Amino acid sequence: MTLSVLRRYGTRRAVLAGFLPLLVLAVAGCSSSRGASVSIDPNIFLNAIIHPDGPIINGLYLTIFVSIIAQLIGVTLGIFAALGKMAKFPLFRIIANLYIWFFRGTPLLVQLAFLFYGIQSAHLLAWPTIELFGFTVTQEVLAGTIILGVNEGAYMAEIVRAGILSIDPGQNEAAKSLGMNYAQTMRRIVLPQAARVIMPPLGNEFNNMLKNTSLLMVLGTYELYNTFASKAGLAYQWFEFMGACCVWYLILTTIWGFAQAWIERRFSKGTTSSSGGPSWRDRIFGGRRSDAGEEIAVLGGH
Amino acid sequence: MTTPVQISHDLLGAIGGVPRPEGDVVVDARDVNKYFGRLHVLKDVCLQVRRQETVVIIGPSGSGKTTFIRCVNHLEKIQSGRIFVNGHLIGYRESGDGKKLVEDKEKNIARQRQEIGMVFQRFNLFPHMTALENIIEAPIQVRGVDHDEAVAVGRALLERVGLAAKEKAYPNQLSGGQQQRIAIARALAMKPALMLFDEPTSALDPEMIGEVLEVMKELAREGMTMIVVSHEMGFAREVANRVVMMDEGTVVEEGTPDQVFSHPTQERTKTFLSKIL
Repeated sequence: MTLSVLRRYGTRRAVLAGFLPLLVLAVAGCSSSRGASVSIDPNIFLNAIIHPDGPIINGLYLTIFVSIIAQLIGVTLGIFAALGKMAKFPLFRIIANLYIWFFRGTPLLVQLAFLFYGIQSAHLLAWPTIELFGFTVTQEVLAGTIILGVNEGAYMAEIVRAGILSIDPGQNEAAKSLGMNYAQTMRRIVLPQAARVIMPPLGNEFNNMLKNTSLLMVLGTYELYNTFASKAGLAYQWFEFMGACCVWYLILTTIWGFAQAWIERRFSKGTTSSSGGPSWRDRIFGGRRSDAGEEIAVLGGH
Repeated sequence: MTTPVQISHDLLGAIGGVPRPEGDVVVDARDVNKYFGRLHVLKDVCLQVRRQETVVIIGPSGSGKTTFIRCVNHLEKIQSGRIFVNGHLIGYRESGDGKKLVEDKEKNIARQRQEIGMVFQRFNLFPHMTALENIIEAPIQVRGVDHDEAVAVGRALLERVGLAAKEKAYPNQLSGGQQQRIAIARALAMKPALMLFDEPTSALDPEMIGEVLEVMKELAREGMTMIVVSHEMGFAREVANRVVMMDEGTVVEEGTPDQVFSHPTQERTKTFLSKIL
């Protein structure tokens, strides 16, 4: 009988159909067994969105600032790592491969702890606090941004490499036959064309980056998540504050979705399909899960 | 698109004159051998091209003619032999005892290629640049020519190939024939001493072949040194000083168009011509 149900509705639907009622029962059971009624204060939730206070605004700025700088570092490193991976000299290839292997093969959270706390506790390096354009960048923010960027570079390397490989070899030959050297060919001919191929996955990467900045809370920075987490912990209003936190992240990623659609249209000049990348709807509701999801859940439980 | 192209009698004038007037040897290929893995694609190929000469290479596909002209600007490596352009060994330097070839530095190869223009079967225009940007890119980036000067030369060249109105068009907005004419202008903008044409009309619709050949004829008449891989026998008869027949990696026969087309001596040439004429 089970088998026929599976065959008829498909495994996923059957599992969902069985699982959802169980979940509802479990939640209901929990609340009733403790004898407490549901307690949600909508004002706290709405205030954190409509009238964000100083710390929230600062957290928002920090998240945006860190994301952009880290992504820029990631793209730059990614280009060099991609070129290194395709280089003639074996040494460049080895360095690029080791870099990609390590940063893609270990969790971002562990990298943050290792390269911040680890390096400092072993007295290998003391991350400095610096002044940048009149802002004080604390050592935690500096380290966090750089580590996020270096991690991102390893992912960008593969994306950039795919972009470069997608360009017709005839482009390279045409540039060479005009006397252009490797650097000129890459900078003027190949990379600008590869950029169009790179943009859609780069957009996904930045979407992930906006969310992955929340991991910086292990360094004690007050970016968006940590700001809300501390408020939630103090007031024991996790539902309201985390709900508002979600809304803020959604605002950021949604704005980015529009920005990306616009950028992709600009990059599609000189190509046959003027419509450019996917629709805004796909851009915003599509995308992939943050691989930091589980790690944060564990941390939040402490 | 089918309107006849008006080309003034001054294609080279647009870039400042015929390169070096003397009648000496521009291309000197000696015993060139090339392998793709185990496949021996060029077998002791020898070819000389004199200044202001137009040489058309014909032959069945797989005969090595395209591979050969790609060796002339070192887009392909060679395993033995020597190719000289204007007296400079292309792509290699000789090792101490002069017996072995060592690949040259990228910088030197790039410098040699500046003197050798190449036109590809599939145009290979830069799709992210307009027609004019395609033409001025290398003079500015490679030769260090001032932007305004490069634009002036570029516009003159566009006019010479009959596409002055298409300056701002991107390659995908142009027909195949127009793209190939832009590609010729792009190569000429570097003021090369030698032009290589790799089957420049093979990817074109029939009605567009004429406009490209017209530009090439003009160039030949003005005294550009050219090696053309082509199946356009009419073009070869009209402008070639010499026709070279290649088959299976060797030069089978060479001579004036009349000798090769009307009185071929080699059986291989006769059968090939009988198939295409």
